[in-house]
Amino acid sequence: MAREVGRRRDLALGAMLAVVYLFLYAPILVLVGLSFNASGLPTAWGGFSTRWYHELLASSDILAALRTSATIALVVTAVSTTLGTLLALGLERTVRSTVLDTLVFLPAVVPDIVLAIGLLSSFTLLRITLGFQTVVMAHVVFDMVFVAAIVRARLGYFDRSIEEAAQDLGASRLATFLRVTIPVLSPGIVAGALIAFTLSFDEFIIAFFTAGPRVVTFPIRIYSMIRFGVTPVVNAIATAILALSMSLVLLALRLTRREVRRAVEG
Amino acid sequence: MRGHRGRAAEGRWLSGAVFLGPGLTAWALLFAFPVGLILLYSFFTRGPFGGVEYRFTLRNFERALDPLFVRVLWGSLLIAAGTTVIALLICYPAAYFIATRPARWRLPLLVLVVLPFWTNLLIRTYAWIVLLNREGLVNRVLIGTGILDRPLTLLGTRLAIVFGLLYVYLPLMILPLFSAIERLGEAPRQAAADLGASPARAFVRVTLPLTMPGIMAGCIFVFVPTLGNFVVPDLLGAGKAIMVGNLIQSQFFQARDWPFGAALSISVLAVTTLLLLVQARVLTRERRLLARGA
Repeated sequence: MAREVGRRRDLALGAMLAVVYLFLYAPILVLVGLSFNASGLPTAWGGFSTRWYHELLASSDILAALRTSATIALVVTAVSTTLGTLLALGLERTVRSTVLDTLVFLPAVVPDIVLAIGLLSSFTLLRITLGFQTVVMAHVVFDMVFVAAIVRARLGYFDRSIEEAAQDLGASRLATFLRVTIPVLSPGIVAGALIAFTLSFDEFIIAFFTAGPRVVTFPIRIYSMIRFGVTPVVNAIATAILALSMSLVLLALRLTRREVRRAVEG
Repeated sequence: MRGHRGRAAEGRWLSGAVFLGPGLTAWALLFAFPVGLILLYSFFTRGPFGGVEYRFTLRNFERALDPLFVRVLWGSLLIAAGTTVIALLICYPAAYFIATRPARWRLPLLVLVVLPFWTNLLIRTYAWIVLLNREGLVNRVLIGTGILDRPLTLLGTRLAIVFGLLYVYLPLMILPLFSAIERLGEAPRQAAADLGASPARAFVRVTLPLTMPGIMAGCIFVFVPTLGNFVVPDLLGAGKAIMVGNLIQSQFFQARDWPFGAALSISVLAVTTLLLLVQARVLTRERRLLARGA
């Protein structure tokens, strides 16, 4: 009888999860469907067509915005991955302090809008021209924290005896760091970099405040398109972005599968 | 001997500086300074041409207490709290289900929840414009099935905002809940059952309190970005329903009253800090309880 009760409970809980999946995926699938709708209207199916993708590829301002975002995200990824990895190593191995830990990770919990107006005010006060460089600086600070958190999780499993072994065999500290420490940490570093790239590429609020009038990132471009009205090209963009970010996440997952599995399966 | 130890300590500080130096510098310049500046600005006066005049005043906070603004602040708190509670009620059973599956099923089930989170926030919000439009899918289904005979105005309501926020931040609730329930395992529930507790009683007295850290974390992950949000209310509120984030944004772009905008965002920051302190307290109490139990 207890098993019967358990099965019924599982059924109810599983139904709840099904509702969550439906809620999460139905709107996305509607967009994907509409992106192939020749009529472009959400109200009538006009047959299958890739027309909106052709239009997307033909609009130079969207492609320019894509390039801008990709460039910003690449620079941000390079800088924040370096800073974040060093930060993780420093927090784990040099100065161990819970206060410092809490302070360092604060940028991840402070509301975006507070950080956004703070950065805008600072750049204005210091007379730094808003543009590419200010968006990069703004993105670096919170991306760095995410990279640090991911690399640090990997450091938790780090077996330091292999570093000692390298040094016993005559490797210098720098050589040990570059040829032992970094390679062992590399899956964490790559996962951190992928997440840093996605976060920067997708980031809207802070970029909106710190980009100034001339730099148009991809999310800023999408925002103005949506504000202007529902256009079918946005559906095509949505589908493309979906495909891209999902493959990036799956790639990051593959790289960190061992850690994630260990974390999930205990 | 002394020299040796001195050199070791020196090396430690040196490597500390090399590892932590660049990151902490970026942190100080691009995080601590901006947040400090906002705090400072909230006590200054708006200049005649929209700049900031360095004259101390409490007027910005007094103005935030004007009934007009209090209504927006209170409304934002309600929307954020409502979104958080609904997310918790939906996600707890779902997370519980995932956490009690065989180990090899857990990761794929969890990834499916998190995947949509990695697509652009604007696009996920846009999906709801398409659905909630007057000619949108929701209205068409409701009319098509004969439940309604006229389309409902869904965009521009608080309900639309709550739906949008829920959609955007749901994965942030499920992850910490999952990890708390999963870490708990089967044993405490089994023990409670062996001691004669009914399943409901075991849940309320054992599972729920022991997963409280996960509940707190999930609530904070959802509440914080929801409270200060301006994208979702901007797009789904359609100018009719606004949140404090929209107010802050308009102070910086249209009204050009930066000190008042700063004061409003300090109020958001204050609520956030308060919540984090409550969470820290709950976690400490939990740890003490567990330590006593062990």
